[in-house]
Amino acid sequence: MSHSRQAENKKVVIKLVAVVFGMFGFGFALVPLYDVFCAVTGINGKTSNEAAVYTNIEVDKSRLVTVEFITRTNTGMPWQFETQTRRVEVHPGEMYQVDFYAKNPTQRDIVGQAVPSVSPGTAAIYLNKTECFCFEQQPLKSGAETVMPMRFYVDPELPKNINFFTVQYTLYDVTSDAQEIAMNRG
Amino acid sequence: MSTVTNDIHHDEHHDHHDHKPSGIKRWLYTTNHKDIGTLYLWFAFIMFLIGGAMAMVIRAELFQPGLQIVDPNFFNQMTTVHGLIMVFGAVMPAFTGLANWMVPLMIGAPDMALPRMNNWSFWILPFAFLILLMSLFMEGGGPAFGWTFYAPLSTTYSNDTTALFVFSVHIMGASSIMGAINVIVTILNMRAPGMTFMKMPLFVWTWLITAFLLIAVMPVLAGAVTMVLTDKFFGTSFFDAAGGGDPVMFQHIFWFFGHPEVYIMILPAFGIVSQIVPTFSRKKLFGYSSMVYATASIALLSFIVWAHHMFTTGMPVGAELFFMFATMLISVPTGVKVFNWVATMWRGAISFEIPMMFSLAFIVLFTIGGLSGLMLAITPVDFQYHDTYFVVAHFHYVLVTGAVFSIMAATYYWLPKWTGKMFDITLAKWHFWCSLISVNLLFFPMHFVGLAGMPRRIPDYALQFADFNKWISLGGFAFGLSQLIFLALLIKACRKKGEPVSAQVWDGAEGLEWEVPSPAPYHTFETPPVVK
Ligand code: HEM
Ligand SMILES: [Cu+2]
Repeated sequence: MSHSRQAENKKVVIKLVAVVFGMFGFGFALVPLYDVFCAVTGINGKTSNEAAVYTNIEVDKSRLVTVEFITRTNTGMPWQFETQTRRVEVHPGEMYQVDFYAKNPTQRDIVGQAVPSVSPGTAAIYLNKTECFCFEQQPLKSGAETVMPMRFYVDPELPKNINFFTVQYTLYDVTSDAQEIAMNRG
Repeated sequence: MSTVTNDIHHDEHHDHHDHKPSGIKRWLYTTNHKDIGTLYLWFAFIMFLIGGAMAMVIRAELFQPGLQIVDPNFFNQMTTVHGLIMVFGAVMPAFTGLANWMVPLMIGAPDMALPRMNNWSFWILPFAFLILLMSLFMEGGGPAFGWTFYAPLSTTYSNDTTALFVFSVHIMGASSIMGAINVIVTILNMRAPGMTFMKMPLFVWTWLITAFLLIAVMPVLAGAVTMVLTDKFFGTSFFDAAGGGDPVMFQHIFWFFGHPEVYIMILPAFGIVSQIVPTFSRKKLFGYSSMVYATASIALLSFIVWAHHMFTTGMPVGAELFFMFATMLISVPTGVKVFNWVATMWRGAISFEIPMMFSLAFIVLFTIGGLSGLMLAITPVDFQYHDTYFVVAHFHYVLVTGAVFSIMAATYYWLPKWTGKMFDITLAKWHFWCSLISVNLLFFPMHFVGLAGMPRRIPDYALQFADFNKWISLGGFAFGLSQLIFLALLIKACRKKGEPVSAQVWDGAEGLEWEVPSPAPYHTFETPPVVK
């Protein structure tokens, strides 16, 4: 094989290897891209992980939207976890509070993490939570119980065709991943 | 064009001619494209038999309703490893083997562009599968989460041998990426003078496009398994909702790889059939350039249809419609191909040699698989078909009677060129007819049990499916046994039994590979041929 051909080959190989690394990176870039895409479109029902700020929004008294709350615990999560309000009728733009009850009936201390999901997913970006237990991990000592508040308002921009949506909280046992500090705080 | 022989052509880099080291060392250290092609092909065939044995276990368990032969966890390991072995161990290496053997011969190159890397890309492969197979014998058993390794099955609910699974997929990925790079560089840089792109045989074209698909998506697969690894062992939460991740995202990443992957397994098959049909119709391929464009557009479209595997995950209607129509769009270029093959045969002087028989079976049966694919692409009905045996029927029609039949067709087509002797035609006929009948008995009734609601990947089933499953299993055993005929034929061929053949082998065959003597000498085209 002549030297010029080897040089030619090398050039192509370098380009192809760059593509390979680029696509490996792209695989990982899909993770933030997916999150951004979903945050913008709200299609997977994920709500924001950050507290919304409520600034005198005009309340739309002419509209009533039903918001339903359901709770579940992930397989292997032994807590009792219930909502104290099953459904509320809200005016878009007005603040509401819903409380959730949790109890750790086991002999061990457990850290929980609640993850909300909205259905239909397109409603997710219109649910603004100014305060939520899901923003943080919740440590509960053995036998302890707690009432956890969630304050929210529905964005008046909520599409007209949605007048009912469901917020589901799933509680996960994250004790093994949680840090010691979290436990001590509780 | 004049007949090209393996002229003794010494230049400063080539002091060897037709002598080669003997024994195991020849195969370990070889950088010869023909040796490596042979290694790949035998490896693929052995994997085909091992994966086939696992399918026999699956079908034995499903012969009757109830749990009788294996326990459910082992059953799941069998379906998982069967899928992985057939995809990454049998079909893909077989195509790579064919590329190694034939691409240099078809474009008039003396060897692959990167012979040393070629040796590596083959020899890491057995280790990948050794690791995967070993995991079956370890505590807790091997992977049992399906070849698609959906999170959280592969993260939260899998055992520790998942690390071995990840490692072996990494090696398989590295091997196919190296193989693909080699094919691309060879085709771009090593073509004989006069071999312009639009003169390249279609097998070369389809492999070039396949190789680009490979380097585009195998790294994404590597990323997906890496994320599974870190989620499982290092506390990341890519796919763990509790930590802010999303298990549905796994499916997006996987199928972004997965759908192009299915085309990686079929484009070279299109190439093979496009070589064989003109030979035995004694006509030029109808619509050569439309074939090239159809292949390229299938490859491009394959990147925007992945979510047709995820219709039931709760996507918004707009997305469901987009993926439905995009998927249906792919059947247009696919239809162009089938049309061209049929038009090639139209008024041709057709003869029915074994490679042609397999190609004809391919055209008919692959089209059935394409039709069931089209049915699956219709979102509302996919809600019924998804995760049933209907999907299993679909992908076995496109993969077994599609990809695997094309590989068999290719083997019969080029085997006389490789060995210099005609294979045993009686055995080949037995192999063809037994395979053809049993494969349909095996996969056709799966459509019906699927439509009736039998779920896939379950070791037991409701009583009403019993009769069909008995027939399916019988078809399965018969198909498995038929492949032993193929094994016997191949062993016989490799021992160089049979009638010597001419350089052209088949009287309608055209192309550079038919101008070197049969068997193809160890070194060919050391002086490039001139293509007019
Ligand atoms: C006209 C062309 C095709 C169409 C429209 C099509 C469509 C589909 C759809 C919609 C599914 C998802 C079904 C479900 O899970 O509910 C599917 C699954 C599948 N297809 Fe195709 N397909 C086509 C061709 C092919 C080809 C050429 C191959 C491979 C050579 C292939 C291999 C597969 C495989 C392996 C699966 C199942 C993956 C799994 O879940 O394990 N398909 N196809
Ligand atoms: Cu697909």
